Amino acid sequence: MTLLSIRGLSAFYGTFQALFDVSLEAAEGETVAVIGANGAGKSTVLRAIAGVLPVQADAVHFAGRAVGGSPAHELVDLGIVMVPEGRKIFPSLSVEENLRIGAYRGRTGHWTLERIYELFPVLAERKRQPGTNLSGGEQQMLAIGRGLMANPRLLLVDEISLGLAPVVVKNLYRVLRTITGEGITTVVVDQDVSQIMELAQRVYCFRKGSVSLEGRPADLTRARIAAAYFGV
Amino acid sequence: MGWVDTVLQGVLLGGLYALFATGLSLIFVVMRIVNVAHGDLSILAAFLAVVIVEQLGLNPFLALALVVPLMVALGFLLQTLVLNRLLGRGVLPPILVTFGLSIVIQNALLEIFSADSRRLNPGGIETASVALGSELAVGWFSLITLAVAVLILVGLQLLIGRTGAGRAFRATSDDQETAELMGIDNRRLYALAMALSLAVVAVAGVFLGIRTTFTFSSGPDRLLFAFEAVIIGGLGSLWGTLVGGAVLGVAQTVGAKLSPGWGILSGHLVFLGVLLLRPQGLFSRARRVG
Repeated sequence: MTLLSIRGLSAFYGTFQALFDVSLEAAEGETVAVIGANGAGKSTVLRAIAGVLPVQADAVHFAGRAVGGSPAHELVDLGIVMVPEGRKIFPSLSVEENLRIGAYRGRTGHWTLERIYELFPVLAERKRQPGTNLSGGEQQMLAIGRGLMANPRLLLVDEISLGLAPVVVKNLYRVLRTITGEGITTVVVDQDVSQIMELAQRVYCFRKGSVSLEGRPADLTRARIAAAYFGV
Repeated sequence: MGWVDTVLQGVLLGGLYALFATGLSLIFVVMRIVNVAHGDLSILAAFLAVVIVEQLGLNPFLALALVVPLMVALGFLLQTLVLNRLLGRGVLPPILVTFGLSIVIQNALLEIFSADSRRLNPGGIETASVALGSELAVGWFSLITLAVAVLILVGLQLLIGRTGAGRAFRATSDDQETAELMGIDNRRLYALAMALSLAVVAVAGVFLGIRTTFTFSSGPDRLLFAFEAVIIGGLGSLWGTLVGGAVLGVAQTVGAKLSPGWGILSGHLVFLGVLLLRPQGLFSRARRVG
């Protein structure tokens, strides 16, 4: 069953058009990768789905409903949750408070504070510290944990490996595999192609605000991906 | 009057200034807007108390039980019907709209209550004092004002530090867009913050009205003192607001002791001094955003 369906999505920052007629789908339980260079429109797609960028109502369908342009808090109620680019940990909140605010809308499900601490033991050790005292990798774990606290039906993860060391990225992908293994539909954006291709069932490559390639990782050759990525 | 007495009176006056400053600071920290009508809303609350005292024969302290809910409702409506419409249009529209509101409130009060000065009479407590040793006496009412200010600050501290709504206030203050991604409806949160701010403003206005006479045009001065207390204490720090109020109060009473006309001026000078030497305020939040 298709959970997320995007058809003919265009998006603007003021007068600048960031997305041109984008179509993208995610089936229930599927892990979808979105790759592409800087400024290709990857984050813009996620921001449009999450409701922080105004778009046409019928451009985004979720569980059969047209939800494009709905305010973010209504989308969180439906289970659309985003882990934003750059982690965006709240500096005035402790690690534990950052996790608790993820559960602000009170969606119930099997993700609880205890389960997040099981998944990321380092967060339990440092729960009283300010969230921004953590290292970059730990902050990314906190941001993912904060997103899970909302008990998402669709988890959007933006630029998961941005600015992190390869060993940290590897660890994050291992955890992400655990999460997607539980059946949460996930859309992951990354510039780093190698790890994400092993995780995802389907991949979309973006270039200049449009989808330049779509397919199953096994069906795509490195040459085709490089061509779609760089436009050469 | 000795110097100790002068300083003590200043600190107690600071309790009242802190009440005014807290509501202003709360709105600025959560919403990043300046409510220019803040002082006028406090005077509106004082006039509401005048009406309630005259019509129902209540003591002004008891009138608070009606004034506070009325101001809470007004804050909720003001934010929901007016200020939320200005979201996302930059910093200027809220300043202009609240400036306009300030003029509307002043003229409405002039129309209804005339230009006569008023005062709230709580029946003797405002002149009663308690002796501290042979030379020193402080007014009961000033002590009560400071105690109420401290209680309100403790309450706000607990609300902001310990509750879910408080977490949402802090998160929104840190990063509004990410707070929205967490599912925080910022329009509702802002309405809550404005209601809370006007609850404190209501208390401040009624206490002002018991302490001194006021007219329809007393609001802007209150706004100015509230600003000064917030800046001296440091934005975003509740206890800094209390200290800022006390510093301003002491500056005013000490100035007035040196020469009767210097009270307000010396308060402004201390404020300017802090702005020059420590623009972040005495107790600015250690953690800064960005």
